[in-house]
Amino acid sequence: MSLDAKTVTRIARLARIGLEPGEVDALGKEMGSIIDWVEQLNEVDVTDVPPMIGTGLAKPRLREDRVTDGNRRDDVLSNAPDREGPFYTVPKVVE
Amino acid sequence: MSYRITGNTGEWEIVVGLEVHAQVISNAKLFSGASASYGGEPNTHVSLIDAGFPGMLPVLNRECVAQAVRTGLGLNAQINLFSRFDRKNYFYADLPTGYQISQFAHPIVGEGKVLVDLADGSTREIGVTRLHLEQDAGKSVHDQDPTRSFIDLNRAGVALMEIVSEPDIRSPEEAGAYLRKLRQILRYIGTCDGNMEEGSMRADVNVSVRKPGEEGYRTRCEIKNVNSIRYVMQSIEVEAQRQIEIWEAGGEVDQETRLFDHVRSETRSLRSKEDAHDYRYFPDPDLLPLVIEQSWVDELKAALPELPEAKRERLEQDYGVSRYEASVLTAEQAVADFYETVAKGADARLATNWMLGDFFAALNRTGRSIEDSPVSAEGLRELLALISDSTINGKIAKEVLEDMVETGESASAIVERKGLRQVTDTGAIETSIREILAANADKVAEYKSGKDKLFGFFVGQTMKAMKGKGNPALVNEMLKKLLSE
Repeated sequence: MSLDAKTVTRIARLARIGLEPGEVDALGKEMGSIIDWVEQLNEVDVTDVPPMIGTGLAKPRLREDRVTDGNRRDDVLSNAPDREGPFYTVPKVVE
Repeated sequence: MSYRITGNTGEWEIVVGLEVHAQVISNAKLFSGASASYGGEPNTHVSLIDAGFPGMLPVLNRECVAQAVRTGLGLNAQINLFSRFDRKNYFYADLPTGYQISQFAHPIVGEGKVLVDLADGSTREIGVTRLHLEQDAGKSVHDQDPTRSFIDLNRAGVALMEIVSEPDIRSPEEAGAYLRKLRQILRYIGTCDGNMEEGSMRADVNVSVRKPGEEGYRTRCEIKNVNSIRYVMQSIEVEAQRQIEIWEAGGEVDQETRLFDHVRSETRSLRSKEDAHDYRYFPDPDLLPLVIEQSWVDELKAALPELPEAKRERLEQDYGVSRYEASVLTAEQAVADFYETVAKGADARLATNWMLGDFFAALNRTGRSIEDSPVSAEGLRELLALISDSTINGKIAKEVLEDMVETGESASAIVERKGLRQVTDTGAIETSIREILAANADKVAEYKSGKDKLFGFFVGQTMKAMKGKGNPALVNEMLKKLLSE
């Protein structure tokens, strides 16, 4: 199957990926074939098999409620492309 | 009485459900060891996990889980021993990972209920659908630069409880009462400070309207992030009005997210959120499902403090206060504790009247709260004991209380210093009264010819002559006797 142009455009917008008009059809075909491939899983009969929610081997390790981190602003901002003093900055978000 | 809005085509009923985001009281964040405290220099309460660095793994904070369970217990809700964390995907500048870790399909707390008291004395039950744990986002600052927004991640990753109500609310008043009750419960249990001004409690308000008696619900709109109880109530009113106008004009209400503008008293569409409902939830592969033991839940339950309703009922029984008085006294835990310290072993009626009357008035007048009250509970109890054992009368006691507020001295010290002991010496009282009667022979004659009301005048004059210190019962008794001579 192939995804229709509207669905491809919507997914691209949700993922914040800009598409050229020419790319839409080809991507629709590619994504469709990915879905087809994954759909093979539906061929397995899983009646009476409970959903697997983990390996069953481990319970999550829980953290004690202590402050053990923070106060490392320079590390935190080390990848910021346009740092301004103590802040990250981004193009203005207008509501 | 049901709340109705009258439109051009007749009456309308409103249907409201609330999603309350309550910031969990904890030291550290939900999944990182960075501080969860409010304030702090920008981007200092941030770990690499909160900043969304690649390869960083979240580890769940046990206390945040405990806080959610405690809150669930306080809401009489089902506690789910199995719950799971999901990723809620959306892009926003203050969400560094591009997803919020939340609980979608398997929340930690299921159905519960909140009983709210309304002004007319009736009680309504508002259903709670669920409570789940999730991360807060960071903060965007828009007013520092013409072209850029500044981002502070101190709040990113702080634990929130989202508490979702059923669409059971039918009036702005009920919405306000529900929020106040919820906040009271959270504060009693100590799981959220309920401070709406600082944003530690905020509400999304779902509003729709329908004709009374109509089955099912019409399309609703969600008003995002309302940060005071008053605004929640106002936003419901204006949004319901807007929807009624659309329906009555033959239109359709669109399901959308809106903002409440309290200055212009209107709601506005938030178009930027139009994709917001496509969150593509999926289980967070970094986190194992959360499995907790019933024995731990039982332990948490056993350690819960007395909740507002139980406390109110107990005060009614133990101290013989009315339901209304009990609800005022239990509005805050600190007030209830203060009251019980005063009332225990004292005359409970006297304690109630003084707490609700002169003591609260003194707090108001000085702008103080119960926590930094100028008079301690023990101090107030001592004052009341002086009334009970007839050392001073009630009128003098008011004066003493004012003095206590001003000087911080104890009641007995003030009574001694100012010589305010009540006069119970009948001889002294008789002398005073005889002087008053002699000086007002004309009024005595009027009284004897049937003008009974003058009795109050004689009492007043006598008390004045005795500088307020006469024992009122003895003064009355003696006056009656001497006037009938």
